Amino acid sequence: MIRRDSIIIQAGDTAALIASETLTFIEFLGDMTIAVWNAIRHPRKIRWKETLYYMNVCGADGLPITALICFLTGVIIGYQAAVQLQKYGGETFLPGLVGCTVVRELAPVMVAVIATGRAGSAFAAEIGTMKVSEEIDALRTMGFDPIRFLVIPKMIAMLCMIPLLTIFGDLFGILGGFMVGVGQLDMPLDAYYQTTVIWVKPKYFFEGVFKSGIFAWIITAVACWRGFRTGSDSIAVGKATTSTVVVSILSIVIADAILAHFFNTIFFAR
Amino acid sequence: MPGNDQPAIEVRDLVAGYERRIILNHISFTVPKGQIVTILGGSGCGKSTLLKHMIGLYQPKSGDILIRGRSLVEADAAGKRAIMQLFGVAYQGGALFRSLTLGENIALPLEEFTTLTRAEINAKVAEKLSLVNLRNCEKMMPSDLSGGMIKRAAFARALALDPAILFFDEPSAGLDPLSSANLDRLILNIREKTGATIIVVTHELDSIFTIADRAIMLSAETRSIIADGRPSELRDHSDNPFVRNFLNRGNPRPNIQGAEHHA
Repeated sequence: MIRRDSIIIQAGDTAALIASETLTFIEFLGDMTIAVWNAIRHPRKIRWKETLYYMNVCGADGLPITALICFLTGVIIGYQAAVQLQKYGGETFLPGLVGCTVVRELAPVMVAVIATGRAGSAFAAEIGTMKVSEEIDALRTMGFDPIRFLVIPKMIAMLCMIPLLTIFGDLFGILGGFMVGVGQLDMPLDAYYQTTVIWVKPKYFFEGVFKSGIFAWIITAVACWRGFRTGSDSIAVGKATTSTVVVSILSIVIADAILAHFFNTIFFAR
Repeated sequence: MPGNDQPAIEVRDLVAGYERRIILNHISFTVPKGQIVTILGGSGCGKSTLLKHMIGLYQPKSGDILIRGRSLVEADAAGKRAIMQLFGVAYQGGALFRSLTLGENIALPLEEFTTLTRAEINAKVAEKLSLVNLRNCEKMMPSDLSGGMIKRAAFARALALDPAILFFDEPSAGLDPLSSANLDRLILNIREKTGATIIVVTHELDSIFTIADRAIMLSAETRSIIADGRPSELRDHSDNPFVRNFLNRGNPRPNIQGAEHHA
């Protein structure tokens, strides 16, 4: 028979678990900051071969799916907007609407979600499996700092490749809107391009790329932390992977809300 | 030279466990240089817990662990890393880094902690692989190796920095009797060639009688050491019937090299 604790005990246990997990995450962030600082001071000690490998995995390998999803997102936004805008004769606003939405919000968030599913879950599974097979213990007893060895190459790769993928996502998203504008609304090709350039200011590109850097940092930190927190069996690796995806996406959405407020009220206030 | 006669390992009044659970209660022993010591006992007696404390992975609740006179417990992170370079560890499953070749696995600590040139590192890797009978296997990936080869490769990596102390966690686990006997022979060979102090965690009776100069037996009930001595003496003359029973459950193989006369 399954024993059920009272709701108060369950709530207390959950609160204690969240508190202890938060503490371990803060501790991990502290260790990671020290490792990043040491990597900046001694760049020759960075494992560049692994960094290039992860750049390939996170960047080049992820480009086709990122391009496709961002293109389709642009098409969907463009199509839905076109239907509404046509009712009020506001078709000329389509390029600006699609451009700003994609560049400021959709491309960074879509790229981050794709990266969470591809790279984040892979990082958690890789580190988790290494923990189960005692490879992390082996690193420690050989005198290595596992964070420098395992996290720094992933962090550098993600910080380089996610903003790059976001720029590609911007271009493909705008291209999706362009297909709808030119194809369905019969907007002249040149007019669509000119309107996009007028509306999508460089600072919006900066906003999107900056956000994507923050998202890359969140995904890597959460994935590696969950990997290091994996239990001692294969089921635990699966749980770590799942929780990486859930916690990363939740953190990305929260961070996006904070950053949207930050950019609109402070950076773009005037 | 001062400190030359100090023991390789000293465990002083060690209390260890997880959260509120005590696994090892006031354990003390000393391992002199050059000895092969097996740590044995039934399931759940704390063999692995003791090993993980001795190699600095866990912090004890109280007590101290000294590696060649230097405290693992009191050392800061940098001091601990320095102490850890005094010993090598071969884990039960090998714990080889699967993204690296065998050669790269062994070269890793040499690249990090020595100033050797690439040619010197390659020569050292070849020497270590040769010592464990894995000549010309530098380019192989861990996934290409059999269970016995993985164990031997883990031995080679543990030997990379020529440590004075070696820890082997369940080296014979999961191996057929022939591979297990070969591994025992290899452990004796390593001791003969390097003079290293070797701690082996195992419950394989054949291995214990073949390689050990001394056996330390832990008990899950008392959470402490219940026997400490030469394996054959413990088997035949221990006051504790549990120890005699445990060691008599298997018939020891004919002695490969007469390990007990080596000490």
